[in-house]
Order: sequence, then C-alpha cells, then structure tokens
Amino acid sequence: MAIFANDAAPKDALTTVTGVPDHDFRGPRGKRRSGGRRIGSHVFLIILAIYFIVPIWWLFVAATKDTAGLFGSPAFWFDGDFAFFANVAELFTHQGGIYWRWLGNSFLYAFAGGVGATILAILAGYGFAKYRFRGRNGVFGVILGSVMVPLTALVIPTFMLLSQYGIINTPWAVILPSLLSPFGVYLMRVYTQDAVPDEMLEAARIDGAGEIRTFFQVALPMLKPAIVTVLLLSVVGTWNNFFLPLAVLTDPQLLPVTVGLNRWTALSNAGAGGEQVWNLITSGAFISVIPLVLSFLFLQRYWQGGLAIGSIK
Amino acid sequence: MTTQTTAAAPPAATQGSRAPRRPRGSRLEQRRQRWGWLFVSPFLAVFALFLVFPLFYAFGMSLFTSTLATGTKFTGIDNYVKAFTDPLFMEGLLRVAAFAIVMIPAQLIVALAAALVLDSLTSWLSKLSRLLIFVPYAIPVVIGALMWSFLYSPKFGPSATLFTAVGLPTPDFLASDTVFGSLVNIVTWQWSGYYMVVIYAALRSIDPSIYEAARIDGANGWQTATRIKLPMISSSMVMVITFALIGTLQFFTEPVVLRNIAQGAIDAAYTPNMYAYSLAFSYSQFNYASAIAFSLGALVFAGSYLFLFLTRKQSGLK
Repeated sequence: MAIFANDAAPKDALTTVTGVPDHDFRGPRGKRRSGGRRIGSHVFLIILAIYFIVPIWWLFVAATKDTAGLFGSPAFWFDGDFAFFANVAELFTHQGGIYWRWLGNSFLYAFAGGVGATILAILAGYGFAKYRFRGRNGVFGVILGSVMVPLTALVIPTFMLLSQYGIINTPWAVILPSLLSPFGVYLMRVYTQDAVPDEMLEAARIDGAGEIRTFFQVALPMLKPAIVTVLLLSVVGTWNNFFLPLAVLTDPQLLPVTVGLNRWTALSNAGAGGEQVWNLITSGAFISVIPLVLSFLFLQRYWQGGLAIGSIK
Repeated sequence: MTTQTTAAAPPAATQGSRAPRRPRGSRLEQRRQRWGWLFVSPFLAVFALFLVFPLFYAFGMSLFTSTLATGTKFTGIDNYVKAFTDPLFMEGLLRVAAFAIVMIPAQLIVALAAALVLDSLTSWLSKLSRLLIFVPYAIPVVIGALMWSFLYSPKFGPSATLFTAVGLPTPDFLASDTVFGSLVNIVTWQWSGYYMVVIYAALRSIDPSIYEAARIDGANGWQTATRIKLPMISSSMVMVITFALIGTLQFFTEPVVLRNIAQGAIDAAYTPNMYAYSLAFSYSQFNYASAIAFSLGALVFAGSYLFLFLTRKQSGLK
C-alpha cells in the first residue's frame, strides 16, 4: 500500500469522476455565518469526536498497564508503572509467541485476499466498462444483484465445499473466498467508465499498442484513486473478517489476530488465574490496530473522495 | 446506479450481430468480444466458485436431512417448514429486524448531522474531527467489540467510577434488557464515521451556486439543509441505508464477542447467523444450518431489493 503514498495526488481525475470538490478551495463559506452558530457547530463536533476517540484512548492507556493496573487504576489514565514493553515481551513468550504468528497471518490473509480481490476487480471493471461483448449487461446485472447477497450466508456452504476439497484449515480457506468482491467490480466499472476516455484507448490501438499494453500503459495509470479505494476496502474487509476464519480454521497456528484475541478473551473470562491474560489482550489489540489506522491516515486524500465513488450520480 | 452506465453504451454494439457486417468489422468485433470476456473471466471464475456454487450447494444441502438412524434422505422443503416454525430462528429474525429499526436510524442521524456540520465549516478543527470520527472504521469489528466489552464490564470498566462519582447507581450494560442498547452503541460507534465520509463527499459535490440562489431567495441554514442538501444527496443516502440494512440483518461478530462476558443476556441463537453457526459447528446439523443460512440470505436479498425498489425515485435506480 505504501507505494501509492508517495505519488502526487491525481486530484483532477478524482474531481471529474466523483465530483469531489472543485470548489473545495472556494474560500470560507462560513463568512455569512454568525459567530455563535459556528461555535455551536464546533462544540457539537468536539463532543462527537470525543465519543469516537475515547474508546481508542482507553485502549492506548490500557495497553500500558499490567493486569493489576487494569483492575486497580483509573480506566482513562496511566498507571504508575509503564508496563507496555513488559506486555510486548510477554506477547513474545506467552504460548511461544503465538500472538505474532496471528498478526502475521492477518497480514498474509488481508494482503493476499485484498490485493487479489483488487486485481480481479480492476480487470473485470475495465472489461465491463470498455468492451462491448455479448451478454455484458446480463452478467453485470447478476454481479450487481449479488452485492445484496449477505456474504455470511455463504460461510457455512463454503465451509462444506472447502472441506470436501480438503483445503479446510489451510490459509487458502480464508484467502480464496476473500477474493470475491462484487462491490469492488461495481466501483471499478463506474470509475473506469468515466475516468478513461474511449478516444485515448482508440488512439493507443491505432498507434499499434495491443490490448494488454493499452490496458497497462493507458488505462491503469488513470485508475489510481479507485484502485487505492478498492484495495483499502478489500484489505479492511479481509482484515475484519471474523465469521469465515472462525468457521474454516481450527489450528491455533493459523488464526488471524481477531479470532485469536477473541479466543484469549473467552478463555480469560471462563478460566482460572493462569489463563487470564487481560494485559496481553489489551496490548495485543492495541498493536493490531496500528497498521490500518496509519494506512488510513496516510492515504487520506485517496479514500476521502474514493469512498464516495458510485454513490454520486 | 446502472442506468447511467448502461445507457452510455451505444445501441450499435448490441445490434452488431444483426447489422449487415463487413468482414473486417466483424473480425475486429469478435476480437474485442474475446478480450472483453478475457478481462472479466478471472473474476467470473471466483464469482462462480465462491458465490454461485455455494448458494446452489446450500440450497441442495437444505433439501436433505441426515440422521444417525436413517442416514441422508431427501426431505424436500421440510427443513424450511421447520425453520419458519422454529421459535429460535423466528426470535432471531425479529431481533435483527428490531436492530435494523433502531440501529440504522441511529447511525444515519449521527453520520448525517456530522456531515452537514462538517460541510458548513472549513476550520482545522473540523478537518481533525472528520478524521477522528472516521478512525473507528479502521479498527476491526472484533477489536471494537472487545474494547467496548471492557468498557461495559463491571470489573474493569470506568462506569462504576463515573456513576459513583455523580452519586448514581451503576447500570449493568450487560443485562438481558440493556444488552440491546449496548450493541446498538458499538455498531453506531464503529460505522457512523464511514457513512459520514460517504455523505460528506456527496455534499461536497453539490454546486455551491445553488446555495447562493437559495440565500437570495431568503432560505436559512436549516431550510438549505433540508430542502436542498438532503434531496440532492438522496442517492448516497439510499446506498448507505442499503449497506447498513444488509450489515444489520447478518449481525454476528459483535454479539459473539460480547457473549464472552454476557452469556446470560446473549444466547447462542441471538441472531439468525449465530443460530446457523451453532447448528453447524456445535450440533453438526449441516442440512438444517444450510436451510437457515439460505433463508436468511434470501430474506436479506429480498429486503434490500424491496428497499431499493421503494426508493427508486430517490436513488435514480430503475
């Protein structure tokens, strides 16, 4: 994902397609507003922001406490001793450092599933947008309709299918079903339709470029904002997935961090003193949210417009 | 959503086969057709393998019943008759319907209010708030639910300290009559920011000269918001509500995580998805679980289709 972060913002492409703001720089619209209303609006925003950020602040604070501190000190402020590094060290030793294995699994599944789903969506979106083959509208209609099929309804049949082929309890059991992203195809088609002019493709073909070269050298560079958006959505989707890995994985070594931490919580709630690892749950949860939160912060300019693709006529 | 895109394709393309053809044009046409299929085929393979096939497979499984005594037997729609007279499944359905009625408006009101306020401000504080409100979306649902379950917990949670400080009795967030609200809060916290970003982007795409016209006509801020902004972003609102609806009806992760500490309030059949999961993996009733999963899928599909049909005017879908 980081490869995109350094590129210049393709602001124009974004603007033409999503309609996101030409007029962003039109100067403060608030000029005509009275000061009182703007203070009211800001107070409202601050209250909202506090509601949304407080649990994350709590997680950050909790990650720095040992189990005694979690029970005994104020929830929203630091304990006397700073135990974060001790917790990290314990994450390396508890059950042979399985936490890091889980985190690695999450990365693998999210990356393989997310990148794969994005590649399939780019290709299919381009095919649907720029080629007029027979049956196109019918097939696309079916795909669009399938956006409304709840993916969790597919988990149990997928489990039964995969177990027949003997790939249950392997990384493939999570990665392969994660390649499915009908919504990604829809987004890529809508975006490609507007962002890549037919004339440019024709010009490239007349210049003798083959279909593959036309796709890679002409179309692909123009699709970057949509690609980042679809990539983020599908990586988040796979990283978030809970039902599928819960159903298809039983080997503790293969779990993603979400299922693993939930398992620790269930054990800690049910178990006796030795199985209670509250400090590892909080610090593990905190570490696991850092990568995605940072990605979203660094890729702001892409997703802020990109998430609205397809919803603006 | 599609009207625009499908209409954009020149009608000549679909009539290509019927039109009198020149040899060269037809060869080019055929070549293009092949490339079109080539580009979409990798996705179609995954689509067939992991969506179409599992759906048919689930439906097929649901028509059989297997017991130790008689083995696997074709029983037709028996499993569906059983499902729709099964109080556990029906209670779960009613419960997710209740969640949809409470949770979707809650998320929508927060997202819309935040987006409208953000759209009227340009300060650094508003930009920062926009980010902070969105951050929960980047946090996995499991972790979000774990965090809230800590905060709700009477053992760790700050609630005891907070409520004692103001002299009130500490509420139990995990009792059977309060856990509903506790779950609504988790989902609202997790998803409102995402919906806000979508609505905000739609608001930014409105041509500001309309506001000038409205101002000259004497519209105040409230009137501008309700009579101009809202109608103009209705297609985004329809999309957001559809997603929220699909997500709510397949409610699973949050109640499963909260069940760790609230076994008494959340049973194994709390939502239809949880019921299907426990039937399949705790009781190995795969045929009946398939019938439940397929019924839920069909109901969600029908529900969101109905919603899109009823709002086709607002969304521009036909």
